[in-house]
Amino acid sequence: MTADKYEMVVGLEVHVQLKTRSKAFCGCSTSFGDAPNLNTCPICLALPGALPVLNERAVELATRAALALGSKLHTVSVFARKNYFYPDLPKGYQISQFDQPLATEGHVTINVGDVEKKIGVTRVHMEEDAGKSLHDRYPGETAIDLNRAGVPLIEIVSEPDMRSSKEAGAYLRTLRQILQYLGVSDVSMEEGSLRVDANISARPFGQTELGTKTEVKNMNSFSGVERALDFEFARQCAVLDSGENVKQQTLLWDASKGEARVSRTKEGSNDYRYFPEPDLLPLILHPEWLTSIKGSVPELPGDRKKRFADEYTLGAEDIEKLTAAPPLSDYFESVARQSQNPKAAVNWVMGEVQAAVNASGNPIDQFPVRPADLAQLINLVNDGLVSRSAGRQIFGIMVETGKPAAQIAHDSGLLQVGDDSALDGWIDEVLTEHPDEGKRYFAGEKKLQGVLVGMVMKKSGGKADPKRVNQLLESRAGAG
Amino acid sequence: MTIPDFARLSATALAAKISNGSVSAVDAVDASIARAKAAGAGADSLNIYLWTDDDLARRDAQSIADGMKRAGIGGRLSGIPLAVKDNIATLGLPTTCASKILAGYVSPYEATAITRLREEGAIVVAKTNMDEFAMGSSTENSAYGPARNPLDVRRVPGGSSGGSAAAVAAGIVPLALGSETGGSVRQPAAFCGVVGVKPTYGRVSRHGLVAFASSLDQIGPIARNVDDAALATEIIAGLDANDSTSSSTKVGSYRDQYLSLASSPMPLDGVTIGVPQEYFPDVLDPGIRSLCERSIDTLKSLGAKILDVEMPNTKLAIPVYYIVAPAEASSNLARFDGVRYGARAMSSSLREMYADTRSNGFGPEVTRRILLGTYVLSAGYYDAYYKKAQAVRGLITRDFRDVFGRGIDALFTPTTPTTAFPIGAISDPYEMYLSDIFTATSNLAGVPAMSLPIGRVGGLPVGGQIIASHFCESTMFRVAYALEAALGGEAHQ
Amino acid sequence: MAVTQDDVRHVADLARIGVDPARLEPLVAELNGILAHMDELSKVDTIAIESAALVSIPLDSTPLRSDSSGPLKMMTQKESFAASMKDGFFIVPRLATHEDATDSPP
Ligand SMILES: [Mg+2]
Ligand SMILES: [Zn+2]
Repeated sequence: MTADKYEMVVGLEVHVQLKTRSKAFCGCSTSFGDAPNLNTCPICLALPGALPVLNERAVELATRAALALGSKLHTVSVFARKNYFYPDLPKGYQISQFDQPLATEGHVTINVGDVEKKIGVTRVHMEEDAGKSLHDRYPGETAIDLNRAGVPLIEIVSEPDMRSSKEAGAYLRTLRQILQYLGVSDVSMEEGSLRVDANISARPFGQTELGTKTEVKNMNSFSGVERALDFEFARQCAVLDSGENVKQQTLLWDASKGEARVSRTKEGSNDYRYFPEPDLLPLILHPEWLTSIKGSVPELPGDRKKRFADEYTLGAEDIEKLTAAPPLSDYFESVARQSQNPKAAVNWVMGEVQAAVNASGNPIDQFPVRPADLAQLINLVNDGLVSRSAGRQIFGIMVETGKPAAQIAHDSGLLQVGDDSALDGWIDEVLTEHPDEGKRYFAGEKKLQGVLVGMVMKKSGGKADPKRVNQLLESRAGAG
Repeated sequence: MTIPDFARLSATALAAKISNGSVSAVDAVDASIARAKAAGAGADSLNIYLWTDDDLARRDAQSIADGMKRAGIGGRLSGIPLAVKDNIATLGLPTTCASKILAGYVSPYEATAITRLREEGAIVVAKTNMDEFAMGSSTENSAYGPARNPLDVRRVPGGSSGGSAAAVAAGIVPLALGSETGGSVRQPAAFCGVVGVKPTYGRVSRHGLVAFASSLDQIGPIARNVDDAALATEIIAGLDANDSTSSSTKVGSYRDQYLSLASSPMPLDGVTIGVPQEYFPDVLDPGIRSLCERSIDTLKSLGAKILDVEMPNTKLAIPVYYIVAPAEASSNLARFDGVRYGARAMSSSLREMYADTRSNGFGPEVTRRILLGTYVLSAGYYDAYYKKAQAVRGLITRDFRDVFGRGIDALFTPTTPTTAFPIGAISDPYEMYLSDIFTATSNLAGVPAMSLPIGRVGGLPVGGQIIASHFCESTMFRVAYALEAALGGEAHQ
Repeated sequence: MAVTQDDVRHVADLARIGVDPARLEPLVAELNGILAHMDELSKVDTIAIESAALVSIPLDSTPLRSDSSGPLKMMTQKESFAASMKDGFFIVPRLATHEDATDSPP
């Protein structure tokens, strides 16, 4: 396998749609799936004389993301025009940032296997999205919908620090998780709120300078990115093996065929003629404002995992599952806090809760059993007031009715009986009904104790507290 | 009711008649319509009007009149007929920038400057001829044919706001709007013997002004006297949330200062006026030179202190301007692709649609500047041309900061190196560009400047230019008002 | 630096302006005529001003708009100025091919 001779070198460009109500430079709605060109105005239609005005919220979200990636935020960043013609680019240029981006020098820490690795983030810059071109709707014509034109994006450009498709996948999943925790984007590749372009090259192991890279576009899932990278890497290795040089070009991934086709874009045919956008002043971030945004950055996945590990002494696997998405881990954490019983909290959340939530099809924050209710149930079981099996029954009823655990336990008589008079009564009945076993037990046949406890439990309909029944039998035997 | 000497009435004088009820807003609009016909504003004669709708104008006048009756009072320009350059977005009348590519385009929204003038009662009566997309200095580069100078129909009115300047000079409207990028209000004002103002960059909102060069463009008024020009500037000036480059600096009254000094024999007492020698080259028309010297003597006699100053980078203005402006234009005009609005060439492929739409739609000068601007921004040339030009622009700006930092309140220069030239006389593009040699500097530096009539050479008007420091319009108007008053009738002889 | 016919072709291509072959040579002459005057800029020393610009921080930031400020009103419908619309879409001739060099987005 020739790939063994070569090392894969990957850098990723990720476009993320920011979760704002209105567009980057005009007041039009960003809502998804409206009638074509419904959300357009003179500015995003690029009518003569219309001018851009920057959306405050977009700056806030972009800054939060850049901070979370540990980037250096620039006091002064400058918007620039990226000039090219395309029918869904109304102005004939995209307002972006070029030589003075919002932030630089960030990183994302990934784990592959149990190896931790820092992937450099070259830059984070703000820009606007283009519209949509529908090529297959009308014969011989292209239909243009500008609802998306002007929607705010951040572009996150990584260093060529990834050495395998696994690392690329880990980078993307970690990045998505961070952006989810931040709440700056829906990060859905399906809806196009997160888009990935990959730069990949191959070089013989040990070689320090980079090989000629190609750009792979058009992947629509993370696994698609991994497959595309493996495909293109194998292709490049084959080219190198045959003594040829890799051509710098753009390829388009075809998920259905599982192959990347060379796009016919001539390299160098794009000369974007960047220059500073004269319709906007430079963006200046004031220190006190930056501090307030820093304050709004929530705990990030990495820190939360570490904290869960030492606060709740959980296994690596549980931690991964529990921190996958912010809502689940928030739910777990408040159950753990309120029940003072992390171990039980994990078991319930990973078991009954997840099953029931998945069955309901609704997100966990709409789940009828709130953390406080579950914490109460956990304590009932823990204090021996209800049995484990009764606990499961009660949980089922809670999901149905949303009633508190204690009330259900009481109403449906599932509370365990621990008081001796009732227990002695049942024990007496058992001993009179089974005199033989009784005699043999008191004669010293200790192994019969389990049998007798079982009979008492049966008589109590599961309500008797088995611990106490054992104690009572032992004390009678001792006395006898 | 007819309005005697309508053609010579100032906007403020006409507004006074209208508010005291001696004439009505409808009378004013009718007088303007009648004067337009008599003077030949149409394509068959002076060709200074591109679009008019007399009924619409009369309806607007009637509603202004009704409003005044109801409220018992009107705005500062109630009933004043206003002509607007065709690159400023207006509701009701087309906005085509005198280009085929926008043939028939009517804007669905209005420019902030127009809205503010309407709020004061002004009535838009016409859109005026101009060089296509404001690229020119003669109004010869119009898709609808050249406009003519009402003072000599064989000559150009200047440009690019030639139609607006000519409309005021011909007595058709007392007030018009033009736009500046390198002198497009001041130069035609000089050629037509009227007053033209280029406010500080950022003073007047560009919202609704079709962009030529965004970092230089500014809307400015054209009027028959300084007072009207100051009033109109005051009305359109001020912060606008729709233009990120509009300034929050507060707009004072531009008129109070000079009106309070009107009776003083020395209204410029304590004012220092610099005269930059770079604006008086040997090649300067001797007639223009002597009229400037007369004005300088007059300014002295009004109490102003006159100082010779140096502005060494002045000669670089045209090269810088003709890199920066086309570069921005090449990008600003990319939106004219026929996809969403405007004229579209029928083609089977998108590629041809673009190429044909744009080659059919743009005239030769616009094409030339788009190509030039694309070239200076393209890979390998950006640093040598665009980046370098911006740096030199910084030097030109520093020249102004230096003089105004050294206690100079205003500068006096000629507005143009020549008087109005015959139609068709200048064929070399660069020679045409040199018409802006004295005006482009203030666009590059962003400072306010204006032109006012200071006399005539061979029967043709000559403009004197007054330049002030950023946002010091009131000083500029103070000097202009005093000079205009002192020159009196001589300004038009 | 002198502009060649190829430069004009390339630039016209970038600007999406069809140039009649007969106009090529005249355009070369006109652009070179204009650019000749621009070359005097190369003689100007701008190091001081450029380095000054690098360190100076502009005074005001670009103004920021509230996320909830509504869209600018339009007094007429798109159909009144659009060359071709269907079902609310703007319609253009089909791109030669998706990946056609000249038609594809970056
Ligand atoms: Mg991008
Ligand atoms: Zn919009």
